[in-house]
Amino acid sequence: MAERLLDIEDLRVEYHTDDGVVTAVENLNLYLEKGQTLGLVGETGAGKTTTALSVMRLVPDPPGRIISGSIRFHGEDLLTKRVDEIKKIRGNKISMIFQDPMTSLNPVLTVGFQIEEAVMLHQGLDHRAAKKRAGEMLELVGIPAGREGDYPHEFSGGMRQRVGIAMALSCNPELLIADEPTTALDVTIQAQVLELMKKLREQFSTSMLLITHDLGVVAEVCDHVAIMYAGTIVEYADVETLFTNPRHPYTRGLFGSIPSLDEDVPRLQPIKGLMPDPTDLPTGCKFHPRCPMAKDICAKRAPVGVEVAAGHRVNCMMYEGLVPGYEE
Amino acid sequence: MRTETDDIPQSGDEHPGDLPANHYTVEPQARLSDVDTGKRRSQWAEVWRRLTRNRTAMFGLVIVLLIIFTAIFADVIAPHSFRAQNLDRIAEPPSREFLLGTDDLGRDILSRIIFGARVSLQVGFIAVSISIMIGGTLGAIAGFYGGRLDNVVMRVMDVLLAIPSILLAIAIVSAFGGGIVNVMVAVGISYIPLYARIVKASVISVKEQEFIEAARAVGANDFRIIVKHILPNSLAPIIVQGTLGVATAILSAAGLSFIGLGIQPPTPEWGAMLSSGRHLLRTAWHVATFPGIAIMITIFALNLLGDGLRDALDPRLKQ
Amino acid sequence: MHRYILRRLLLLIPVMLGVSFVVFTIMFFTPGDPAAMMLGERAPAEEVAALRTQMGLDDPFPVQFGRFVFNAARGDLGRSLVSRRPVFQELYSRFPATLQLAASAVLIAVLMGIPIGILSATRQYSAFDAMSMGIALVGVSMPNFWQGMMMILIFSVTFGLFPSSGYGTIWHLIMPAVTIGTSSAAIITRMTRSSMLEVVRQDYIRTARAKGLSEKVVINRHGLKNALIPIVTVIGLQFGWLLGGAVLTETVFAWPGVGRLMVDAIRQRDFPVVQGGVLLLALTFSVVNLAVDILYAYIDPRIKAQYK
Repeated sequence: MAERLLDIEDLRVEYHTDDGVVTAVENLNLYLEKGQTLGLVGETGAGKTTTALSVMRLVPDPPGRIISGSIRFHGEDLLTKRVDEIKKIRGNKISMIFQDPMTSLNPVLTVGFQIEEAVMLHQGLDHRAAKKRAGEMLELVGIPAGREGDYPHEFSGGMRQRVGIAMALSCNPELLIADEPTTALDVTIQAQVLELMKKLREQFSTSMLLITHDLGVVAEVCDHVAIMYAGTIVEYADVETLFTNPRHPYTRGLFGSIPSLDEDVPRLQPIKGLMPDPTDLPTGCKFHPRCPMAKDICAKRAPVGVEVAAGHRVNCMMYEGLVPGYEE
Repeated sequence: MRTETDDIPQSGDEHPGDLPANHYTVEPQARLSDVDTGKRRSQWAEVWRRLTRNRTAMFGLVIVLLIIFTAIFADVIAPHSFRAQNLDRIAEPPSREFLLGTDDLGRDILSRIIFGARVSLQVGFIAVSISIMIGGTLGAIAGFYGGRLDNVVMRVMDVLLAIPSILLAIAIVSAFGGGIVNVMVAVGISYIPLYARIVKASVISVKEQEFIEAARAVGANDFRIIVKHILPNSLAPIIVQGTLGVATAILSAAGLSFIGLGIQPPTPEWGAMLSSGRHLLRTAWHVATFPGIAIMITIFALNLLGDGLRDALDPRLKQ
Repeated sequence: MHRYILRRLLLLIPVMLGVSFVVFTIMFFTPGDPAAMMLGERAPAEEVAALRTQMGLDDPFPVQFGRFVFNAARGDLGRSLVSRRPVFQELYSRFPATLQLAASAVLIAVLMGIPIGILSATRQYSAFDAMSMGIALVGVSMPNFWQGMMMILIFSVTFGLFPSSGYGTIWHLIMPAVTIGTSSAAIITRMTRSSMLEVVRQDYIRTARAKGLSEKVVINRHGLKNALIPIVTVIGLQFGWLLGGAVLTETVFAWPGVGRLMVDAIRQRDFPVVQGGVLLLALTFSVVNLAVDILYAYIDPRIKAQYK
């Protein structure tokens, strides 16, 4: 088995707001092997971004707080590291691409400088060398030379996200966290940016954690997938397995709510119900109020992950033998 | 710090047309029907709830209410007359009989401060009302109609804004004379541009929204749209600025009185009281000190309340 | 950029014309006859009438206003009714003192307000934050003329540290400058804090942190420049407030500036001087605000792009 570059265990993150405590991430277990791309899939509000920010130790505090668990990077727990040690890792060994390119670049600094400062900080380059490096990085992501002196407002959304990618890759990170990097972009631009990320990921041999709510993107880019629901991972498998043999009712529901042109399905089958109120999560299995297979026990006991096949884990009591399973 | 809105699960993510039979979704459904009924009332109730949870704002509110109370019942509360001179007992330091001492004419400073609250509050509230009525109307017209009318109104406002407001008030009062009415008018006029700008900005932001379109579609005329739909929705910034504005107006009026342009004796006005204490600074410190403290407490309380209202009306600004 | 500045300078002309109109109108309808004032109460009616004609006071309003503007444009603001000296000279001799006072006050306000505001924002809800916000609120709540008197009471009368009035040395300057600067410092502190709080929750600040930059760099390099725009706006507006406040504060400290000149002129009903003073201070304020607008372009490239 390959080395686990990133290994998250029993992570719990809470937000303490005026309206009560929101558990954004609970009992989360996840790992990423070196050189691989892991897709983290879930609906808005499932806790994907919080998970990513926890890895960066950037959960806004207050109101956010990492309560328990460990996040090991190369075997070392990031959560117990001192802030100055974390700062040497951020932007250097682990870097992040953010969702909205319109707001995640600083409007009053040139794009070139925003890349330079990371390079100067982590690689110890002088200003001239950093400038050269920034220019190279921009060219690599398809931004013509000579535009490093421009400000973010002079670029389109897609171009800005390219800047974001150049910035994230400028220090040659081992792990790249991309938080819905294409969600805010036009569909045609999405494909281009995705293609670019795939290419660069290989070129830089970076491992990647790709956060998305788009299963299509996962199929295109990822090796492994983790499906997240209400703060926890409900199913984890390699892409092939998950797409051909999804086990968790929620995962199946996700596939049921994607329109397909190939198959002749009478109508879409959306998952019934709504995402649960974060301040008032259901007891037991978080998914049980919406689950077509739920039995009484699902409201009482939280499921324990079961490895249904090698490398395929599911958090559902059907596979613990406590609830009748699908008839297949 | 902002919570990650993306990641804090929002129960308000409604998926209409997907109504479940499950017990778990009863609550969001109930919430949907709330929206149609008493939205505006519950909105103000929510503002009030947020305000009452803000301790400093409530502290400010209590002091403001106390001052208003003092002003209304000045006759009952004040231990002495505000105008009775006692030339044998000029500029006496605080004593049991005169708690805050006497002024240059032997009058009781405490009583004058208590009656002064009347004058200052009146001047503050009426001056701000003048500014809001004239400035608000001009701003609403400019914002609603836009175009050339907007241009003319706002250029005139630009001219008035170029004169620091206290200077404008000084110019007006120095020309037309002091007295409580002139002071209110002068101070009121000097802050017209401020409200014109605020109201214009909020009218523009409301104007383009769909419910205005809807009102127009069912045939409401301009006046009705402005009064019924736009003004109530522009109220928040006016309330906040108005509260802070009363404080500024009181300060301006005190300033005018201080240089002898404002309210004339024997009317007890805090600024004028300061002015008479100025020459006694070396011999009778209390004459100038206490009226100043009265002004300071009033302004301080109004500012606390204004800040609290701002936070309560626009929760985005506060965490 | 140069074209923008030129256009803004040209725009000053109609604004100042408007200001002149406002001020002139107010003074025109003021009760009282300047000619009678100049000659004194006992002057015979014919003499007064002759002087009125000579001064052009019998001409219709538009003619008088036109003459006023025409003369003002050449720097002729009429003569003081009291000293008989040209108003322009009176103002010119007093203006440096007022400018000195206002500039020192702004300097104090900025040097105190911005750092305290930043510290407050970065330590939101700390004891430091609560204390500085409390003090700032007291700062905006004090009438500055009263604060001036209290400072005299404490630092001159009681401790004898500073002269209570007069002009010339830095010791004379400190108390009036602090007095006028206090409320501005308080307002700039509050503005800096709220602007900074708004900025630090922006996505690009998170991006900056994600690069591993130190908190100091994140705040000073990525935060402050973005937060500066509303702060600079407030500083510009404060300058106007300071010029107005100077009128009162100069009186308290017997500071020989335009403000005190105006207050004296008001007492003596010397309208040409009041008129000229308001015009001068309004012009100064407008020029400062123009400078502020130009400064925006150097802070925010998006604004600079609009100016082109």
